[in-house]
Amino acid sequence: MLDDTVFWVLSALAVGSGIMVFRFDSMARATYALLLSLLCVGGLLILLGLDYLGVVIVLMMTIEMAIMGVFMVMYMMNPAGLVPMSMLHNKKGAAALCTGVFLLMALGIVLAPWPPRAGTAEEDPTRALGESLMGPQMLTMMTLGFALFSTIVATVLLATHRGRYDRLGDDLRARRADDPVPGGVGR
Amino acid sequence: MNLELFLLVAAALFGVGLFGALTQQSVVMLMMGLELMLGGVILAAAAVWHHLAPASADGQVLVVVAITVMAVEMAIGFAVVTALFRAREVDMTDQAGDLSA
Repeated sequence: MLDDTVFWVLSALAVGSGIMVFRFDSMARATYALLLSLLCVGGLLILLGLDYLGVVIVLMMTIEMAIMGVFMVMYMMNPAGLVPMSMLHNKKGAAALCTGVFLLMALGIVLAPWPPRAGTAEEDPTRALGESLMGPQMLTMMTLGFALFSTIVATVLLATHRGRYDRLGDDLRARRADDPVPGGVGR
Repeated sequence: MNLELFLLVAAALFGVGLFGALTQQSVVMLMMGLELMLGGVILAAAAVWHHLAPASADGQVLVVVAITVMAVEMAIGFAVVTALFRAREVDMTDQAGDLSA
């Protein structure tokens, strides 16, 4: 009974605040609406018995949305929503497409002959996950590690304003660094 | 509270996120749509693990993969916005359509 109530409240909040993300004028409010939606997803995961992954999502999303708020203020033309404006394109087409996609998925969900539950969960799903990642799923874990590492390299590369190749030439052999403002040791 | 209900909620999150990703002009808002879609994927994976195959941890591994994709998407997205903004002071998708046919 309690689980049912929690499920309905979290689901309604997740979908409702998900919709509000794209209805708020203020970008800050949109960020917090997205945070609420993803926190509810984390809560639903905890409800499903995945305590560890649920808490990971809650912690990760909180930090992520805080960072996103900073980027919003940096880049958006109307971060506080003081000037009401529409920032949408092709609203009708997208709404029709998304409704279609949802209905198609709902149809599949309702009509699919889901198999019965196979086996029972281990006493400690977190331990099972850890042993799986360090055992049979080691390749997945290593792939994720490489993906994250290449993300670090790629983000630094993309976000760097002027790297050493801009300053010292493609072969890094320029006698003087090509800086817009001269200064520093030996320049 | 069965599998279908969880999957329907996940599908709704996915649909709302898709709407945002398709309509938003700001790149940052577009990324918020992608995050919502991935939230739906995470919820669906967790529900399938719990209701169909709780004995093996593979469903949980799928959730871990989706969370990683979320983090990577966020980091690369912000890096691309930063590079785009540096190059031409633009944060709108309509002004970054160089690759559209």
